[in-house]
Amino acid sequence: MEPTAPAALPVLLADVAGPAALGPGDVALRLGAVLLAFLTLPLLVGQAEHKVMAHMQGRVGPMHAGRFHGWAQLVADGVKFAQKEDTVPAGADRTVFRLAPAVALLPYFVVLVAIPLGPGTLVGQVIDAGVFFVLAVLGLGVLGQLMGGWASANKYSLLGGMRTAAQLMAYELPLLLAAASVVMAAGTLSLTGILDAFQWWWVPWQIIGGIVFFVAGIAELHRPPFDAPLAPEEIIFGAFTEYSGLRFALFLLAEYAGIVVVSALTAVLFLGGWHGPFADQLGWLWMLLKTAALCFLVIWARVAWPRLRVDQIQKLAWTVLVPLALAQIALTGVVKVVIS
Amino acid sequence: MSPGTPAVLSAVPPTALPTAADGSPGFLSPSGVEIVFVLVGVVVLGAAVLCVTTPRLVRAALYLVVALGGLAVQYLLLTAEFIAWVQVLIYLGSVVVLLLFGLMLTKAPTGPSPDANSPARPVALVVAGAAAVLLMVLVVDAFRTTWIDLETPHGLTADLGTSMFRHWVLPFEALSLLLLAALIGAIVVSRRHAPGATDGAVPGSGNGAASGAVPGPRDRVGGEG
Repeated sequence: MEPTAPAALPVLLADVAGPAALGPGDVALRLGAVLLAFLTLPLLVGQAEHKVMAHMQGRVGPMHAGRFHGWAQLVADGVKFAQKEDTVPAGADRTVFRLAPAVALLPYFVVLVAIPLGPGTLVGQVIDAGVFFVLAVLGLGVLGQLMGGWASANKYSLLGGMRTAAQLMAYELPLLLAAASVVMAAGTLSLTGILDAFQWWWVPWQIIGGIVFFVAGIAELHRPPFDAPLAPEEIIFGAFTEYSGLRFALFLLAEYAGIVVVSALTAVLFLGGWHGPFADQLGWLWMLLKTAALCFLVIWARVAWPRLRVDQIQKLAWTVLVPLALAQIALTGVVKVVIS
Repeated sequence: MSPGTPAVLSAVPPTALPTAADGSPGFLSPSGVEIVFVLVGVVVLGAAVLCVTTPRLVRAALYLVVALGGLAVQYLLLTAEFIAWVQVLIYLGSVVVLLLFGLMLTKAPTGPSPDANSPARPVALVVAGAAAVLLMVLVVDAFRTTWIDLETPHGLTADLGTSMFRHWVLPFEALSLLLLAALIGAIVVSRRHAPGATDGAVPGSGNGAASGAVPGPRDRVGGEG
């Protein structure tokens, strides 16, 4: 990804004594680096999805834009979206309709601030209750889709909004329970604290919780096979049916930013984040590699499985994921008591 | 993030000395945090008033988002970081989503619904005003001479956990019992109508759906990946 940010941060941070010595310039640099990651990583995932999906289906995907294997395809898409007319339906609640894409997109940027990229202070912002923070803000993104679904004054949008809300309520619980298991293991709610306490055998120990967390995260993003709230063959495009142009692009960008955030969170909580050989120097690389591998799994899942029905989605959450997450918490508790 | 929150920037308590120790601070020459606190308070109040006066039902729920989010910012300004995130997680992330979901199941229109106003509005206004004045007098009188030291974070998770599970275990357990009772009560109430309601809800699809309120798609399932 962007080579400047990880290289510049440790140099600057080397002479900063501790978190108490944060200057305004340092804060600006960190926010700038996070913004850069926020603007580039989702596009990288989007481009990877184009190419990976194509090759999995025996196609080559975009080849022409930018001359080299279509690397500029998403830039071209962005230009196309910007040129399109930005329409608002006559019966819509105009203010809410226009505000919705921003509400859907912004939480992912805020979450990215708290995710540690490397050891020490290589993180946008150390937050004491980091796990709580990221999960709380992550849940806000859905408000944008509900606003869009309601304000469009369209029955398909409304159906999509209802499915979105039902899906969020079902998958929020396993997501929180799985994260709580890691929190119990580490004895801290701080994301940097969890990584400081991480041992390699946590990966097999927390693997059930990790799978539950990842699946529930994909479901909250409405990625296939959990994309019943969008379901182009049933309800056109769910809450986004009436959107066009740049606002529609913002909704799509939110989806890809969500993939990055959920993958990064899974990597931090269950795969040890920056831990790996030469973690002091290469920690950021391990973190990015783990995140990229998980993003690849998200894309793979889209190609591999057909869409689940609404009732199947609910059934999976309540009868499989919630019991599994509870079992993981029990296992964590037992092991924790035994080894202490 | 609000700019005036130095306390939440660090997980480790900063080494700065508590400045408010000598002499009681006054209302004159307010600090930046206090100014932001008042401004956010005005926003919360405005959003709360709009929430109960707007004729559009969904906008009322969205104003509620603003009001509850503003309260989370207030918690942050008072260095109660954990409570702030809990506020966002529970109220913004879950309660409002539940509210919006409930609203979507009704026939409320996208535009204004003027018939939603109750004729008891003046009475409600009087009662709400009286309650607000009473609470204001009570809180101001009780905490007039109490000052919070904003230099040291008060709401760290570890401190909160220690006090909750060392000193407040009994109330905590009593509360969880109350919530459990409410949960069981809700299940009992909803099951009373079960035989008639669930039969027709999702015909033909797997009948183990946990949420019968979701209209199941009766048409074909999209086979495209």
